[in-house]
Amino acid sequence: MFAFLVRRLLQSIVVMLVVGLVAFSLFNFVGDPIHNMVGQEATTEQREELREQLGLNDPFPLQFARFVANAAQGEFGISYRMARPVDVVIAERLPATLELAFVSAFFALFLGVSAGVYAALNRYGWTSRLVMTISLIGVSLPTFLIGILLIWIFAVQLQWLPSFGRGDVVQVGAWRTGFLTESGLRALILPAITLGLFQLTLIMRLVRAEMLEVLRTDYIKFARARGLSNRAINFGHALKNTLVPVITITGLQLGSIIAFAIITETVFQWPGVGLLFIIAIQFVDIPVMAAYLMLIALFFVVINLIVDLLYYAVDPRLRVEAGSARAH
Amino acid sequence: MSVPGRNSPTSVARHPAERAGRPPSALARLRDSDLWYSFTRSPITVISALIVLLFFLGALFAPWIAPYNPFDPASLNLMDGFTPPMGEAFSGNSYLLGTDDQGRDVLSAILYGARISLFVGFCAVLFAMVLGISLGLLAGYKGGWIDSLIMRIADVQLSFPAILVALLIFGVARATLPRSFQEDMVIYVLIVAIGLSDWVQYARTVRGTTMVEKNKEYVQAARVIGVHPMLIMLRHVLPNVMGPVLVIATIGLALAIIAEATLSFLGVGVPPTTPSLGTLIRIGNDYLFSGEWWITLFPGLALILLALSVNLLGDWLRDALNPKLR
Repeated sequence: MFAFLVRRLLQSIVVMLVVGLVAFSLFNFVGDPIHNMVGQEATTEQREELREQLGLNDPFPLQFARFVANAAQGEFGISYRMARPVDVVIAERLPATLELAFVSAFFALFLGVSAGVYAALNRYGWTSRLVMTISLIGVSLPTFLIGILLIWIFAVQLQWLPSFGRGDVVQVGAWRTGFLTESGLRALILPAITLGLFQLTLIMRLVRAEMLEVLRTDYIKFARARGLSNRAINFGHALKNTLVPVITITGLQLGSIIAFAIITETVFQWPGVGLLFIIAIQFVDIPVMAAYLMLIALFFVVINLIVDLLYYAVDPRLRVEAGSARAH
Repeated sequence: MSVPGRNSPTSVARHPAERAGRPPSALARLRDSDLWYSFTRSPITVISALIVLLFFLGALFAPWIAPYNPFDPASLNLMDGFTPPMGEAFSGNSYLLGTDDQGRDVLSAILYGARISLFVGFCAVLFAMVLGISLGLLAGYKGGWIDSLIMRIADVQLSFPAILVALLIFGVARATLPRSFQEDMVIYVLIVAIGLSDWVQYARTVRGTTMVEKNKEYVQAARVIGVHPMLIMLRHVLPNVMGPVLVIATIGLALAIIAEATLSFLGVGVPPTTPSLGTLIRIGNDYLFSGEWWITLFPGLALILLALSVNLLGDWLRDALNPKLR
């Protein structure tokens, strides 16, 4: 167990360093940082002085080490476009993205597991066939089109829900939440559905497939032979074993939910970090791009790590195999 | 397993042309194959194929069949702007799917847009395929540190969503290329960005098959008689991996079209001067609130139809080429 943990941790650090190298090269090879910082009338001497001051004449490994040290403390410099420290800007906008991501993950998980179990238990019923067909269309639908369709139906035609922004927010310490006001909650509905729909179809199809697989096994037949109630068999035995891969996939999907939030945030003008990143790309705002990249990488690495550990904890069979399976 | 038609004993003298001593033509062989049989037996697949073909032809011949030229400023009539579908326009022209803010015919814009979407999609898939196959062959055939290096890169890239990778590559290209260069190059940058974000699938599949094939006798025989490794990879190993690669490429086309549309919608893809389907949706999105729904919903519908059809074709191909499911 300990060796496994150490190996995974080392792998994660390598991934973070690679992403850090990419982010660092953004700064160094994309334009001249000095050019972006001083005005037109700065003299060559002033530029050279600033260059020396910032340590830009140092050898590459030293500069990279400094970048990593700064990044580890959340320091990414000043945004070119907003002229404010990047870490402050991101900290302001992160709660919006995280609230959106968690609500849609919960929505996807809850509905996805329920619909998947239903479709597996009533395999030949027409409702479950309908659900499966709709889910196939759901997989082919691009996220931004789902958002546009929802806005058109619920915001433009029916005028039930707001189509952009977060509504009223309440400041709780450093966290700016939209959970506590009615308009904040109403504003959350459409973006959360948009973001969660793809994961929902994915989870649903996965749960259905896994559940069908488990229902065919001998121990379920044996449970039936023992005369256990359908409820005990379906939920106590079958669903429990179905959930192992579901936990993994959902965990991994949480990372892509945060990444896909870029699209949803753009459609709904949701003031989160994804929208910040898109604007940064449009304006070539390198510090923001680099910081966002590192942040997303960190999310992914941490989530992957937790999922691996969780998997390990949930499935006892892996504890025996893990040592040999990971080796090749 | 049964290679379509030719090798199975029952089909040796089945075809009239063959019985007459002539080898069957390519068309006859196709009509005799398992693939064609399973194709005609699945109505959804036939419909999807027809839709894809329709899009393809529509995109290819857009300049000839589109009712108007949306890029010709002379033919645009600003007074015709925001004409609803089937509605009477100010100038007396009729527009089947309505017009946008500048009086551009939405149907024509979709045809021209599909042209760009399909072009970017095909090129991106081709790029990803060539890159993925080359790296996969190299990794599988050579093994050792080359294999480890390529596959570790693939692992790292695979842990991030493709759209994020494409966004990032696009962002970097935008920052490094000179501004005057960008207008003309943006489509090619897009192709490279989407292609680079999607090569891993091909590389993994090709590597797996290559590692199995390279130990078979025919490859060893080729090596013993001194055939160049390059030639062994291309002539002997590659044909054996093309089946799964074709399936990945088909589904990859749907993904690439969606990726292009998404990037264009986010405003970091094809510029509005030569709009793709995604750009059209983005332009139209601004008018959704004032009630002009057709400007965005028709291109959106076209995109969904195209992506869904290509996806269904890919699903069918995967099942048809998988001997386990027969």
